[in-house]
Amino acid sequence: MNRQSTEAKVVFWGFLSPTLFAFVMIIVIPFILGVYYSFTEWTGVAGASNAWVGLQNYAHLLREKRFFYSFAVTAAYSLVSMVVINLVAFVLALLVTQELKGRNIYRAGFFLPNVIGGLILGYIWQFVFNSALPKLGDLLSIGFLRKSMLADPRTAFFALVFVVSWQYAGYIMMIYVAALQNVPQELLEAAAIDGAGPWQRLRHITLPMIAPAFTVNSFLTLVNSFKQFDVNVSLTGGMPTTTFAGEPVFATELLAMNIYNTAFAMNDYARGQAKAVVFFVVLTVLSLLQVYFNKKREVEL
Amino acid sequence: MRRRKAYLLLLELVTALLFALYFSPFYILVVNAFKSRYEVLTDVLGLPDSWSQAMANLRAILANPNLRFGASAVSSVIITSCSLVVIALFSAMAAWVLVRTKNRVSTFVFMMYVAAMVIPFQVVMLPLVSWMRMIHQWTGIPMLRTYHGLIFAYLGFGSSLSIFLYHGFIKGIPKELEEAAIIDGCSRPQVFFRIILPILRPVTVTVLILNGIWIWNDFLLPLLMLGIGNEIQTIPLAIAGFIGSFVKQWELIMLALLLAIVPVVVLFLLAQKHIIRGMVEGSVKG
Repeated sequence: MNRQSTEAKVVFWGFLSPTLFAFVMIIVIPFILGVYYSFTEWTGVAGASNAWVGLQNYAHLLREKRFFYSFAVTAAYSLVSMVVINLVAFVLALLVTQELKGRNIYRAGFFLPNVIGGLILGYIWQFVFNSALPKLGDLLSIGFLRKSMLADPRTAFFALVFVVSWQYAGYIMMIYVAALQNVPQELLEAAAIDGAGPWQRLRHITLPMIAPAFTVNSFLTLVNSFKQFDVNVSLTGGMPTTTFAGEPVFATELLAMNIYNTAFAMNDYARGQAKAVVFFVVLTVLSLLQVYFNKKREVEL
Repeated sequence: MRRRKAYLLLLELVTALLFALYFSPFYILVVNAFKSRYEVLTDVLGLPDSWSQAMANLRAILANPNLRFGASAVSSVIITSCSLVVIALFSAMAAWVLVRTKNRVSTFVFMMYVAAMVIPFQVVMLPLVSWMRMIHQWTGIPMLRTYHGLIFAYLGFGSSLSIFLYHGFIKGIPKELEEAAIIDGCSRPQVFFRIILPILRPVTVTVLILNGIWIWNDFLLPLLMLGIGNEIQTIPLAIAGFIGSFVKQWELIMLALLLAIVPVVVLFLLAQKHIIRGMVEGSVKG
């Protein structure tokens, strides 16, 4: 008995240690170091001792307009993307769950951009916005297409929303498709016999039945938009510049890119890390909210 | 009935049109990858004059010393496949002992993995790089700019979700199966490798798909761990470096982008059912 439990212990730690070791080395230690560094004058130099400065890095963030602007743009971008992606995805899901001939092709096709990296898609779309669309605008005499959407601060924001929605909608669509397929067909047929039109069936049967999918998808899109980096880098690179509260800022520089630029372009590691900690806190709050909403719904059910 | 048919036909048309619009960027990508530089400037929307330009572009891409496409593709394959093997194998092992050992330690470790899934990459990326340098200074093992360093990092970042997925699956495997094998004289590791590992196949497919697509396309972690212009480059890094540093040769960029997406698209077409299910499941659970 005793020998067996020794074997169990050896196997337990033997099997657990490879992932646990990597986890501690790659996530736990850097995370603890990162929180600590955000209170110091960290310069990114390995092994250097860093003077403790308390909340100074965080206090500076409150005064930094470029950060404030980036935060606001990211919040706006995340909310707009959440709405657009869910709307497009839901409409697509409704279409591809009808008895259409090519519905399997449509499903796979709308999903396809999700297996391609955001960096590569961003470059493709950069070319489309800078070269193909202006040409199309010329040919069809559509005024607003003639100038690249990426050149103007306001339209560049929507170009970013557009590309990410285009990429992500097919993914969210599949979650809605799964939810729509779980709506009992008899219920819809019974309602139709009772004289409910397509719109009424959608409004009073389908939508309430797939409400859980709406919650899941809203948080999924919100969190993923908040973390956006790859498409941001390749599509706009944060450009163009604009002014905010009298200071020049980058119009489409989302938070993840702002953190990266603070550390590597401005060479200010401590402040970049303080921003990253703020970024982490916001995402944790979003996750807790999601758990809260899911729990609440379970109680209601 | 006739009205229903007309309605469906209309829907089919609308969806097909939307679908065509959805794919228009890929049309632009493909046609411009096969044009000369002059043609890209003068006629960006039309089909290429002659498809023979494709070969010239391809030769230019493969010979380009700044892009090093061939070497980058090899590195991408090495990094993705090695990371997948270690992530899948070690995560399955860890999940199995976490499920089968019921004590405070195993509960704590599992909860830690679940909690870590909330941690965004941005909050660990800066200290990670200097921590890797510290390890190099202390042990003499270089972690940055090496294959093993990056693969080790992928094991660290990829194992949480993978363990979570395996954990959920293993909970459903009856314990009697293992007890019978133990009575027959199997050691615990034998039970895992001979009996459990083969049963895990469906969830292993999900783990490979989720991690594979992420690692193949990943940009920021290789950027930090390898750096642009390093001997070892992944395809996204090579393309970002190529686009960032020189006069934009869009016809070559388009072909490079096309070559970069062909492997994933082919894989997707071959296994779309698995891939869609795997990606949707993984993210909804995680």
